[in-house]
Amino acid sequence: MKIHIDTDVCTGHGICEGLRPDVFEVGDDGIVQLLTEEFTEADRADLEDAVDQCPTQALRLEG
Amino acid sequence: MTRLVVVGASLAGLRAVESARRAGFTGAITLLGAEEHLPYDRPPLSKEFLTGDGTPKQFRTEDALRTDLDVDLRLGTPATGLDPEQRVIHAGDDVVPYTAAVLATGATARTLPWLPTLSGLHTLRTLDDARTLRTVIHPGVRVVIVGAGFIGSELACSARRMGAEVTLVEAAPVPFAAAVGEELAPTIAALHTRNGTDLRCDVTVTGIDGDDRVRAVRLGDGSTLSADVVIVGVGAAPATGWLVGSGLKLDDGVVCDETLATSASDVYAAGDVARWFNPLFGETMRLEHWTSAAEQGGLAARNAIDPGAATPCTLVPYFWSDLYGGRVQFVGVPTADEVRVVAGDPAEDTLLALYRRGDRLIGALGVEQRRPVLRMRALIGKRVSWEGALAEVAAG
Repeated sequence: MKIHIDTDVCTGHGICEGLRPDVFEVGDDGIVQLLTEEFTEADRADLEDAVDQCPTQALRLEG
Repeated sequence: MTRLVVVGASLAGLRAVESARRAGFTGAITLLGAEEHLPYDRPPLSKEFLTGDGTPKQFRTEDALRTDLDVDLRLGTPATGLDPEQRVIHAGDDVVPYTAAVLATGATARTLPWLPTLSGLHTLRTLDDARTLRTVIHPGVRVVIVGAGFIGSELACSARRMGAEVTLVEAAPVPFAAAVGEELAPTIAALHTRNGTDLRCDVTVTGIDGDDRVRAVRLGDGSTLSADVVIVGVGAAPATGWLVGSGLKLDDGVVCDETLATSASDVYAAGDVARWFNPLFGETMRLEHWTSAAEQGGLAARNAIDPGAATPCTLVPYFWSDLYGGRVQFVGVPTADEVRVVAGDPAEDTLLALYRRGDRLIGALGVEQRRPVLRMRALIGKRVSWEGALAEVAAG
């Protein structure tokens, strides 16, 4: 499972960080970054929510 | 055969379809869309769609919908009725049977009932509306926007960027009061005046003058504004007209319980059209927000295909607006016992304010405070106390 961030379209709404602050963090540049890339099946539902609820469609879940 | 029918092919409807498939639903799915267009993103229509190259942001290709998600996609097919006894949805001559349904017909732009039919008079809700606005807003064109809510305000910003001369007219003493509360509404409204937009508050529009097209807007204070283009931005009404006579309980939206279930069995609602009981705040609400549509669409579908395991919709409202390059964000609800500015400097177009009800944090408003606002959203979702929220802010 892998999360891709399109940093060209992310504007730092931070919905993803609100869902999983241990995974996503909006940096000082206003762009989200990943705090980990180690995911298990237990993370899938949260990651899907983060993708679905991103207002700029900057996230993509692969695998 | 099981068939999920999703009525409305915008964000909530799309998320409903995606979510049902992801949850393992193998029955048939029909997606009915009133517009001819594939699902597209609405927030850009008042912003970069106007000021940019005019390319709509589509969420999915037709092939992805029809093939990958195995959806019976019917665009340009507005639903015209629902019969909960026969368990069918009517769309013109089409009769679509359902075993479960998600209603996500959204909202339509409100207008002023007395408005004449004149060339040059516009509203903004759909891609077609926005395409029309692109063809009429040019440098030097005189644009009067009626209603200084967020759509009207964003339109004012965009029209000015497009070189138009803009006047923004608001009937209330100050815009944004319903959205962010009366205390800080003037602070947000000041963004207009600080950026040189002609905002006229506490004045009603009493008439529109024109011949073959709109020429002027008459105001309640006796003045007249010359206009080439008039855009009415006075809010949106839930699209429930097609449900009148269905027996579904309607009250400024489709009335739902906390799981988004309507008064008809196996029929759920999501997005702008849904008025539901939000247990997190202990009140019913109907939201016209992007994130609510996304969240409710998915949840309504999961609940509709597995009602036995239905979970409540406890979302924290969130909306944003981009005005003059700055981002205004609000989370939670604005009806508060106390509003406290905890960071920023409104004169510098930055602000973070917290909203208290009883001993709980129930809302937060930010101007160019992106991270703090969304941190507050998480805290509101956890029902954090007021003291707890203040401590979090103090800790940075």
